[in-house]
Amino acid sequence: MISKKLKRVDIIFECNGCEPTEVVKKAMKKSPDEIIAAVIESGLRGRGGAGFPTGMKWKFAKEEKSDIKYVICNADEGEPGTFKDREILDVVPNKVLSGMAICAYAIGAKEGFIYLRGEYNFLLKKLQTIIDAFNNSMSKIGLDFAIEIRSGSGAYVCGEETALFESMEGRRGEPRNKPPFPTQAGYNGKPTIINNVETLVYATMIFRLGVKEFKDLGTTDSRGSKVFSISGDTPKAGIHELELGLNLAEFVEEFGDGDTKAVQVGGASGHCVPRKLFKDTIIGFEGIPTGGSMMIFNSTRSMFNILNDYLEFFAEESCGQCTPCRVGTQQLIKGIRAVKQGDMPSEYLDQLMKLTETMQIASKCGLGQSVANSFSSIVTNFREEMIY
Amino acid sequence: MTKIKISIDGKQVQVEKGQTILDAAKKINVRIPTLCYHEDLCVAGNCRVCVVEVEGSRALQASCAIPAQNGMSIRTNSPTVRNARKDIIAMLVSEHNTQCTTCYRSTNCELQTLSAEYNIDNNRYLSILKPNTTKDTSSWSIEKDDSKCVRCQRCVRTCAELQHVNALTVSHKGKDMKISTFHDLPMKDVVCTNCGQCVNRCPTGALTERRYFDEVWEAIGDPNKHVVMNTAPSVRVALGEMLGYPVGTRVTGKMVTAMRRLGVDSVLDTDFSADLTIMEEGTELLSRLKKVLVEKDDTVKLPMITSCSPGWVKFCEHLFPDHLGHLSSCKSPQQMFGALTKTYYADKKGIDPKDIVSVAIMPCAAKKFEANRREMNDSGFQDIDAGLTTRELGHMIKQAGLNFLELEDSAYDSIMGESTGAGVIFGATGGVMEAALRTAYELVTGKEVPFENMNIKPVRGMEGIREATIKIEGALPQWSFLEGVDLRVAVAHGLINARIIMEQIAAGESPYHFIEIMACPGGCIGGGGQPIPTNETIRKQRVAAIYEEDMSMPVRKSHANPEIVKVYEEFLKEPLSHVSHNLLHTTYRKRQHY
Repeated sequence: MISKKLKRVDIIFECNGCEPTEVVKKAMKKSPDEIIAAVIESGLRGRGGAGFPTGMKWKFAKEEKSDIKYVICNADEGEPGTFKDREILDVVPNKVLSGMAICAYAIGAKEGFIYLRGEYNFLLKKLQTIIDAFNNSMSKIGLDFAIEIRSGSGAYVCGEETALFESMEGRRGEPRNKPPFPTQAGYNGKPTIINNVETLVYATMIFRLGVKEFKDLGTTDSRGSKVFSISGDTPKAGIHELELGLNLAEFVEEFGDGDTKAVQVGGASGHCVPRKLFKDTIIGFEGIPTGGSMMIFNSTRSMFNILNDYLEFFAEESCGQCTPCRVGTQQLIKGIRAVKQGDMPSEYLDQLMKLTETMQIASKCGLGQSVANSFSSIVTNFREEMIY
Repeated sequence: MTKIKISIDGKQVQVEKGQTILDAAKKINVRIPTLCYHEDLCVAGNCRVCVVEVEGSRALQASCAIPAQNGMSIRTNSPTVRNARKDIIAMLVSEHNTQCTTCYRSTNCELQTLSAEYNIDNNRYLSILKPNTTKDTSSWSIEKDDSKCVRCQRCVRTCAELQHVNALTVSHKGKDMKISTFHDLPMKDVVCTNCGQCVNRCPTGALTERRYFDEVWEAIGDPNKHVVMNTAPSVRVALGEMLGYPVGTRVTGKMVTAMRRLGVDSVLDTDFSADLTIMEEGTELLSRLKKVLVEKDDTVKLPMITSCSPGWVKFCEHLFPDHLGHLSSCKSPQQMFGALTKTYYADKKGIDPKDIVSVAIMPCAAKKFEANRREMNDSGFQDIDAGLTTRELGHMIKQAGLNFLELEDSAYDSIMGESTGAGVIFGATGGVMEAALRTAYELVTGKEVPFENMNIKPVRGMEGIREATIKIEGALPQWSFLEGVDLRVAVAHGLINARIIMEQIAAGESPYHFIEIMACPGGCIGGGGQPIPTNETIRKQRVAAIYEEDMSMPVRKSHANPEIVKVYEEFLKEPLSHVSHNLLHTTYRKRQHY
């Protein structure tokens, strides 16, 4: 695998595209099929973390026969260490809206929703004004599409797409069984496209700048650039847009404080990469993907405490319905503490590693499935910090 | 229907589109273990016990939740599946109160069975059982012990989907997620109707009926007490399931013998008071019809609705308190029985009513609450001292060391032990309606109901709401106002259907004269106090047994029950008499709705 040089990019926040109507009008000169073909061609993959090819998702939704379809912008940004969607919604909200409109035109949806994280309610008022103007302009250009905001209440699991639908429908935010997938039966049982905030902005930009401009960036598996939320032991904490496929060693060189011990790529549900693996790690779908969260830890940090914190987070934020996730997270906390205190032998960590394998393959949704990522990467790489 | 072909453990199987992997496996006799799955309920897919391997998919799939798709290749017993399943069961055990030896559901617990099958090693994981979990024993009917809860949400789904009551809900999330009530209020203070359907579907001992058999044993052992037990119609077709008989076996004779062997002084039949209910309720219906149709009395409500099912009555009190006037004022057969036991029976037997302990054996959890309603003491004493479930009777028979299979048959004691086929069919949905029509029609026309063998088929069956119209022809002179009237009746079972009926009434759009409502799906044969498991197949078999029992009875009309004739001659005088009114009728009250 060949990694790219670290390269700063300015697509997302580049303000030239802030006039939303123009780009939608431009896109609407193409047929829905041409739009979908262009998104597929661009290689754009979901920026929320899972990386599903966006164009394919749109294609599936378009092929569904239904009078009612929805476009939902997932702005329930809850992954620890991620704060880029908040910035995007604050600075370039119009690009998100036009991305939704282009998607709606492509799949045949008339209604769109932004599911806004509860903690981002401070954005509500401003966002609503912008949406009102946008809805107005859409009817002016002849696109029958309007957007509303739905406010979340602060549960991490509601970022899971089907739990988000449940929440929007007024029920407990608990993930559903899949299939059916959202493109078949999502919000209100209707075909639904649910995309991350950033994905929608890139969709806009693909039509503003052209497919080639986007596709020229990144690698075969990870086209384009990505907005990173950089935090932890770094002098450059904040939002940075970088070309995908970059090498973690270079990243650390640029953003670390000179004493970086590990980088947690992808938030609490992501992987922890130790110093010795920096230069072999590519940030992207061929390496370690991330929804944007990059947490940098220097040598003063206790990896046990970090893991303990993550697990507490999961044990709290699991919806609690499925056994592997509800019980597994509690077992992991109790287990690592028992080992740390010497109440259980260090071999018990191996038993817990097996447990995370079960959680990974048997949990109902991505939350329980991804706990294994941080657990196994931290326990494997920092085992000495875990034991008594 | 499109056929789907899949392979399970190398065997080919064909299913209908929409059927799940679990359905497909059943078809070829592959048993995939389940826990949160229940035939009566929507699929949750949350316990994950039923996971299987689907070729080409990294994650395991919950077979109860995933529809079969053409060409799927499934493995139900691969090392990966077995390991994961064992892990999942071990996880459930790790958050469970494993004091099985002292659990009421021991030997009939689905988690215990799974744990035994998979030989779960207690040391695999540390116990994460929450300390200081208190048991909610506030309700007369239902006990809730969260330390035994596996969070399968069967109870929540039961309460929501089958009953539309929503007394039980999920609260909190993650490690704190639990099954709770509105604001965590005690069970006695919420909208719970005590139907016990949740108890019947709970896989473990988290939800159980409140047991009273120890008090009953004590009374039996007390030489100064005269213990009277009466058995509800549907107990005789379900009790056998707990004691070695196949589902749908009628065990009336053995049950009577067994109760006598327990030391009960008098074994009587609630069917007697079911017949009595028909007399009172049938007359009440005719009197209401007269008041509405002839006297144009708009204070009298039609349709009249049956009041035998205490779960239904409490549902109505909670959720439709403005329409309680539609409920028949008749007490349920259990409470009529109790009131007569401590008056008529005591008098005839020359026993001081204060020495009588009246015990009702019921298919029901709500009957416990009903027995303890404060107005149920018209005999001057608490009319019914204890309401036991079919399950509790089964336990008592086991505790007494009786070999049930070998017991001889015997007949009920007298008085108040004689019954009819009409009384028996109270146990099945539609039964009260059928029994009432058999009597009311004959009362009005002097002729038997115009159905072959008096089997009023239109009101039978398992559909949630059924309706029928019976034209009254040849009315006797005193009922001439009913001549030619199309009597419109409906039968509903399961409280979700009760709600539909009541919403119709609330909207002033109910086309009926008389409605039977039973809280539990299938009526009493599917009651919350019946043997576990209960599901649709089992309910159908119990219903079939009820109708067999009806056909086997020499008398099949309530008004022809000789003991009923006698109780009116000697004591009550006539239906709706002053004595009846005092002892056999009751009132209802508004309750809060959360």
